[in-house]
Amino acid sequence: MRDVAIASFAQATFERSSKDEVELLVDVITRARAESRLSKSDIGFTCSASCDYLGGRPFSFVSALDAVGAWPPISESHVEMDGAWALYEAWVRLQHGDVDAALVYAFGRSSQGNLNQVLSTQLDPYFLAPLWPEGDSLAGLQARAMIDAGVCSEDEIGSIATPRYGDGAAAMVLVAGPLLERASNAAVIRGIDHRIEAHSIGARDLTRSSSTQLAAEKAGACRRDVDVAVACAPYAYQEILLRRALSLTDRTRFTFLGGNSVYPYIVAGLSSVGEAFAKIASGKALSAVAHATSGPCLQQNLVCLLEVQP
Amino acid sequence: MNYAVTRMLAPVRLPFVVTPGEALSRFLSALVEGRLIGERCSECSKVVLPPRGACPTCGIATNPRDNVTVSDGGTVVMFCIVNIPFEGQTIKPPYVYASILLDGADVPLLHLVEVPVDKARMGMRVRAEWAPPTERKPSLEAIRWFVPTGEPDASYEAYKEYA
Amino acid sequence: MSERCAVIGVGQTKYAAKRGDLSIAGLVREAAERALADAELRWRDIDAVVIGKAPDMFEGVMMPELYLADALGAVGKPMMRVHTAGSVGGSTAIAASHLVQAGVHERVLTVAFEKQSEGDAMWALSPKYPFQPPLVAGAGGFFAPLIRAYMRRSGAPNDVGVRVAVKDRLNALRNQYAHLQLADISPETVLSSPMLWDPIRYLETCPSSDGACAMVLSNEANAGRTSRPPAWVLGSAVRSEPAVFAGRDQINPRAGADCARDVYRQAGVTDPVREIDVAEIYVPFSWFEPMWLENLGFCEPNFGWRMTLDETTSLSGRLPVNPSGGVLSSNPIGASGMIRFAEAALQVRGMAGEHQVDGARVALGHAYGGASQFFAMWVVGARKP
Repeated sequence: MRDVAIASFAQATFERSSKDEVELLVDVITRARAESRLSKSDIGFTCSASCDYLGGRPFSFVSALDAVGAWPPISESHVEMDGAWALYEAWVRLQHGDVDAALVYAFGRSSQGNLNQVLSTQLDPYFLAPLWPEGDSLAGLQARAMIDAGVCSEDEIGSIATPRYGDGAAAMVLVAGPLLERASNAAVIRGIDHRIEAHSIGARDLTRSSSTQLAAEKAGACRRDVDVAVACAPYAYQEILLRRALSLTDRTRFTFLGGNSVYPYIVAGLSSVGEAFAKIASGKALSAVAHATSGPCLQQNLVCLLEVQP
Repeated sequence: MNYAVTRMLAPVRLPFVVTPGEALSRFLSALVEGRLIGERCSECSKVVLPPRGACPTCGIATNPRDNVTVSDGGTVVMFCIVNIPFEGQTIKPPYVYASILLDGADVPLLHLVEVPVDKARMGMRVRAEWAPPTERKPSLEAIRWFVPTGEPDASYEAYKEYA
Repeated sequence: MSERCAVIGVGQTKYAAKRGDLSIAGLVREAAERALADAELRWRDIDAVVIGKAPDMFEGVMMPELYLADALGAVGKPMMRVHTAGSVGGSTAIAASHLVQAGVHERVLTVAFEKQSEGDAMWALSPKYPFQPPLVAGAGGFFAPLIRAYMRRSGAPNDVGVRVAVKDRLNALRNQYAHLQLADISPETVLSSPMLWDPIRYLETCPSSDGACAMVLSNEANAGRTSRPPAWVLGSAVRSEPAVFAGRDQINPRAGADCARDVYRQAGVTDPVREIDVAEIYVPFSWFEPMWLENLGFCEPNFGWRMTLDETTSLSGRLPVNPSGGVLSSNPIGASGMIRFAEAALQVRGMAGEHQVDGARVALGHAYGGASQFFAMWVVGARKP
């Protein structure tokens, strides 16, 4: 494995934006490129993330390509997942050694629909989805399970409020090899891993986030004495599970994205990594752990360990 | 009693309130006024419509100052004849669906051409037939279809880059 | 690249208009189990799963990798979901191969599927959307004008599309998995089929299929452990360009030509028509065979149709194209690209059965998507690179 580092990050998050995907993206991509001091032609691989169900329109990533300026044609892939998984695909691609810079971006405009309801379509289409359990209902089940298991008290959980799903876009530039040597304020990805759990709610232990814990172990981030940790999830109570699963020391400053703040679905995970990077780039931390999640009740999780560029 | 479940219906109905974005909003508002606008990229000078808020090849943001009015007349550069009915179709097949390069634009616009299907051809000159002002909505339906102008056909050399 | 990557297992479902006997999970599992059996592996031997499919709206299941984690044995493992429109089956296989080549994993299961019978793909491709009147439905309406423009540009005779439509359906009769089994196919039946989007006739289009395709990809150390021969990945590439821009050549898109050049360079192919023994090319409408032959550098621009007419691309020709019957015979959209990649692998492994091309050593798998703007390709070979 060779070192791959985050060179820059830019994002924009809104409760509701009058801009469309391309308009949101062209701004953050331009900023991320400028901050990395790389030009369009330096980028050897591009990976994007979006989800058609946010806007109720298929092929949302196709028109978003207009924000990149994909001419001459570019080497590019797309995940229908949170942007953190696009980062993962780009990190893998940069291991090959033939290209030294990658652009990762994610976008989503949840404000166009009722995401709490739309998320029902993520469920098993034969046994679960036809019952239309909304995101909040499943969150309620998880919170109840936590209380019943004595993981936390009802007071600690509070009430389950529908997340403020919002609009947003984020872009990140990754560098490796000679471009990493020339970079300043980069954060090296020391480990990155993601794991998925069973889909069936009844087959899972909802009172812990085993996939977060496993991903953290595989990424070398478990029980790590890092300066900061950034985790994200739509519901406030999920912070309790993530803190435990990441097994951080008392010294680590923990930031949770979600709960009461605007939660840009699809962008949130990449944003979490971006926030961790920003702490390192600004000199506020030498090491950081970042977390991303996907699926109902934290079904799938990604953990990334970052360190300041040596 | 044993039942074999061979089929189940699980309809999905999800409402969305879609917003077109700022650049496309300007285009749609202009349609109500009976105008077609494109965006001229400040870097490559090419005029793209409908506007996207960014130049697709340069990847730089465009803004309202980059808007230019494009003619509602142009050349059919490609077409097909649609013979099949489908849900939501507004006109009865067969009809001509065409890629029309408007004068002053650098990318073609997709729309209908009101012409007997056996008269349709590449290079045909056409002009927009607008819906009456009171009936125009912020949609490409503000143009009913394009109709032949009767001008001589454009030479293949003139538009082959777009076909 | 630190590791070599090989295809050691291929699994396909029977493709059909409706696989009412299987759920979506059952469908992907049928393909995955066959790939595992071919690779002589068990579920626990797999390190990670990479899944791909076309838009979620085709089945109405959002981010279906979440629901399919259990069926694909991915619990506790990394699982990724790729979506690059029609090219997705190819891009998914490539993303999976990268995990092996990067040395992240040793054995990766990659799966692509579509269960068109459980949704309405035609609707999902052309949803009623404000601002945009519904003028045309389905991909045929989009691609028909391009075909007419290609005919004009190349001066191809009118029957080229008919010839491809017949050739691929005859090939499909040799493929047990193919959806369409049209024993009575002939130029006359194609010509007398309804004209849908003139110049595209019904029998010049691909069907709508249910189906899944899976492959097990492995590093070199594990590739030597199976009794069946592996297919080595000699080169892979993806390329994208915007859907609409000034002066775009949609018939011979640069993204496709660049992608082919890249993949040939990696594989050491300098004269594709001589060095590639068989090609599985994504041809959803018959006229795309000659168009892609040109784009892929098998001939000069405007000469592709001659290769079809002189039977270069027939099963016994110099460059057999789509011996499996191709997309024209089976089209589970999200899987269609991976089927091309998997069929290329089967050919160089000598495991393509009735549609095996004798002595195939090097094969091309090709997929494209969107407005002819997303491309994924790989070249696989019998010999280790």
